[in-house]
Amino acid sequence: MRRRPAWPRKAVDAAVKVASALAAALGLGFLAWILFVVLRHGAAALNWTFLTSLPSAPGGSGGGLGNAILGTALMTLLACVFGVPIGLLAGVYLAEYSRGTRFATTVRFLANVMMGIPSIIIGLFVYAVMVLPSGHFSGWAGGVALALLVLPVVARTTEDMLAMVPNALRESALALGSPHWRATLRILFRASRAGLLTGVLLAVARVSGETAPLLFTALNSPYWPRSLSGPTANLTVTIFNYAMSPYPAWQQAAWGASFIIVVGVLALTVVSRTLTRERK
Amino acid sequence: MTSTPPPDVAPPRPAVPEPAAGVQAPAAAAAKTKVSVRGLNFYYGEQQALFDNSLDVPAGSVTAIIGPSGCGKSTHIRVYNRIFELYRDQRASGEVWLDGENVLAPGVDVIELRRRVGMIFQKPTPFPLTVYENLAYGLRLHYRVKGSELDDRIEQALRAAALWDEVKDKLHRSGSALSGGQQQRLCIARAIAVEPEVLLMDEPTSAIDPVATSRIEELVVQLKATYTIVIVTHNMQQAARLSDFTGFFYQGRIIEFGTTTELFTNPKQKQTEDYITGRFG
Repeated sequence: MRRRPAWPRKAVDAAVKVASALAAALGLGFLAWILFVVLRHGAAALNWTFLTSLPSAPGGSGGGLGNAILGTALMTLLACVFGVPIGLLAGVYLAEYSRGTRFATTVRFLANVMMGIPSIIIGLFVYAVMVLPSGHFSGWAGGVALALLVLPVVARTTEDMLAMVPNALRESALALGSPHWRATLRILFRASRAGLLTGVLLAVARVSGETAPLLFTALNSPYWPRSLSGPTANLTVTIFNYAMSPYPAWQQAAWGASFIIVVGVLALTVVSRTLTRERK
Repeated sequence: MTSTPPPDVAPPRPAVPEPAAGVQAPAAAAAKTKVSVRGLNFYYGEQQALFDNSLDVPAGSVTAIIGPSGCGKSTHIRVYNRIFELYRDQRASGEVWLDGENVLAPGVDVIELRRRVGMIFQKPTPFPLTVYENLAYGLRLHYRVKGSELDDRIEQALRAAALWDEVKDKLHRSGSALSGGQQQRLCIARAIAVEPEVLLMDEPTSAIDPVATSRIEELVVQLKATYTIVIVTHNMQQAARLSDFTGFFYQGRIIEFGTTTELFTNPKQKQTEDYITGRFG
């Protein structure tokens, strides 16, 4: 038998290696570019006043986005308060109580669909069921819209993380006479806590940058959020409005808002990465 | 089943390991029965895994269950504490009487059943908690204990599991930082802390090194004074060393059950003889 020559195999291998390296470099390059542009423009806008005071009047200078930072923080918090506990419980139900039932399969399918629904549709939905009946935009509606985005992500991560806990651990807790809920809370959550926390942080990171669901719900406001029952200032809708405005000071402020969101999301991602690594 | 003999049992019958000196003679068969299994069938979905199992586990003794892989040994004992119910497609029919109460009957308090019937698994499964909390978890489930009383109960259980001297200075470190053998003894301590009556051991030494195995075997012999022990093992010497009674399982059926001495020196069934002499398994 004649041997195949080695050089075509080596050539193909080298070509694939180079192509994949180029693709990786291209992808990373864009990410670096985005970060560079946002950070460079945004950093110029940042100062203490920017973080703590109200926006300037159209065409004016100075001023800040303190109200929008606070509004975004409040609505993200609200999304967590509503979305995380319900998501955790739903995930526990799927992983621990309903394995293999048709109801669980349906719920899991719906959660997957819900994750794929464009966020603007979620915004429209909340607009229809909360904003229209109440007659005004509100921070509550914004929080609920964001919670609806958090919910399926947390539910699915919780289920996946609990499913990764070895059955031996589950069995040994139950074999000790532990009720299932207690084994879940004290033992299984503990065993998968890094993964659970990562899921929550990534969900939070995602919704803190959402614009569309807030456009129809919280809208925006040039004032401090005194209560969540009225239109509530937030960073993303502010970027949307200011970036398109003709005033240089507002355009500058939009870059500053982008900077804050990017750094926030980056920080959450890094924290969640660190937590996942700790587990190993 | 293939005909490869298990590595630990090569010699023919006369060379079968001698039972330990303390092992009781057939007279022990008259001992009080702790667990009585009648007509037990078990199914994984449509697949039947146990067929009409019936046996009596005498109180205060070690009963070994032996047989080739996949013969239903573990499946059998997993019925005693109803742990199989975690899985939707698993189902048992028949009766398992624990002191005159059928544990498979509806309305049985599974939590109390599992306090009375503890279980040790093949791989050590310390909870992701400290050594102390590993034991406190079960104790708090079943008893109103706290403070120094809890400390005492934990110390007692760790002493009973021959682990106290090794962990008394690391009670508040993670249980999973212990060695494999220590982890398994931690699981034994955790199980006996809640004062069970029966201990089910599902191949408790198969994931443990030989030195740690012999420590656990010593422990089993000590514990049988207090608990009724049922141990599943694929190691026939271990069965011979530790147990007073042995059941031989094959393809989901109990082929033979009797005193360990009798079963190993004078098996009544051809299949038992073939298995213990290493002709298959």
